[in-house]
Amino acid sequence: MEYKLTTPLTEEVTRKLRAGDTVLLSGVIYTARDAAHKRLCECLDRGEELPIDVKDAAIYYAGPTPARPGQAIGACGPTTSYRMDAYAPRLLHLGLKAMIGKGKRSEQVVEAMKETGAVYLAAIGGAGALMASRVKTAQLVCYEDLGSEAIRRLEVEEMPLTVVIDSLGNNLYQTGPQEYLSAQQQ
Amino acid sequence: MREISAQTITETVARLCMESNNRLSADMENAVRSAFETEQWPIAKTTLKTLCDNLDAARDTGLPICQDTGMACVFCEIGQEVHIQGDFEAAIHAGVARGYTEGFLRKSVVKDPIRRGNTGDNTPAIIHTRIVPGDKLKITVAPKGFGSENMSRLGMLKPSDGEQGVKDFVLETVRLAGPNPCPPIVVGVGVGGTFEKAALLAKQALLRPVGSHHPDPYYAAMEQELLEKINQLGIGPQGFGGETTALGVQIETYPTHIAGMPVAVNINCHATRHKEAVL
Repeated sequence: MEYKLTTPLTEEVTRKLRAGDTVLLSGVIYTARDAAHKRLCECLDRGEELPIDVKDAAIYYAGPTPARPGQAIGACGPTTSYRMDAYAPRLLHLGLKAMIGKGKRSEQVVEAMKETGAVYLAAIGGAGALMASRVKTAQLVCYEDLGSEAIRRLEVEEMPLTVVIDSLGNNLYQTGPQEYLSAQQQ
Repeated sequence: MREISAQTITETVARLCMESNNRLSADMENAVRSAFETEQWPIAKTTLKTLCDNLDAARDTGLPICQDTGMACVFCEIGQEVHIQGDFEAAIHAGVARGYTEGFLRKSVVKDPIRRGNTGDNTPAIIHTRIVPGDKLKITVAPKGFGSENMSRLGMLKPSDGEQGVKDFVLETVRLAGPNPCPPIVVGVGVGGTFEKAALLAKQALLRPVGSHHPDPYYAAMEQELLEKINQLGIGPQGFGGETTALGVQIETYPTHIAGMPVAVNINCHATRHKEAVL
């Protein structure tokens, strides 16, 4: 199935998505990667409010290259997601509905996704130049000192994504290669 | 003695940082585009099409191919008849700083591995130098992204593990990496030497044109066999399933100790980047 979705993403919408579906995502998403996730969780540890509202939001694990004059953003493909696994369950329990990245996730993250109805979407890793064309605006939100790792608010238009892990725990990284291998044996 | 100024080195390194990140070498671009032509599995073909489109987009927009413009690995072969005017390593670091700043490349280096803190200009570079005969200076800049670097492994195998042990270690490394290093990957393998020599060999193997073979037919056959076995794992482009898991396997070797058989596997993604200049 192919879905055209716009943020915010409610649980009703994300629970319909299945591993292998494609999504063209529009609306507002937030970039955050290693260092920003650490700060977000430290913020929660101190009992403070997060600098972004994660309820029904989508976080993009990405650190773009600097924008050239006249461009909204530089190259901005996804980074490998497992490094955010230590932090992701807390954000999921606060209502985060979509994580966008690439690569495997931990069992703890998948369990939290099942409980909260969230999805894990893959952007094509290494297709940074192409993805830039889907980003209409980019604004710094916080943690400017982190440079590329700062949290940015992106307005995206029809960002092409693939559902890798759905809210039932189905995982394209397992089923995709299995289907290919069984087709070869026939 | 031939004189080469630090300023010339800085300017060259800056240019190589920008050019290597914005365009793939012809061999890599051909490998990605040929994989799109030959891949039959639908989701894999679609994914490879996206990668080809991305190469077009990078060319059209002037943006880097990938946002992870890497840590700058700089390999230098310094002719022993060359005299460098100025501080050689400082000149390279200055070139990286200039290239990453003027080229709008991402600054991905932190000043301390545990306490972190971005250095702000992508320095320092990782510099490897060799002194060679002649009066030339060859500089190769190979930006290394860490999605794939993190999936690399080193094993201190036993001599009794033999050829099969090496092959098993390479295949296990690729299988464990799965979708993480942005397949289709290029696999650099270093066998022999010492702990650090094996790792360096694996990285140097990635500087060879993709698909080129080891001069020793024994290792050339092993490269071919490993490539076929990797492409039977089913991981496919981005790990979504398919044939094209790797575009090349490249082995470099060195004599080693009677007690050991170090094996290093350095994984590179489909944006395997390097660019060289000879001064």
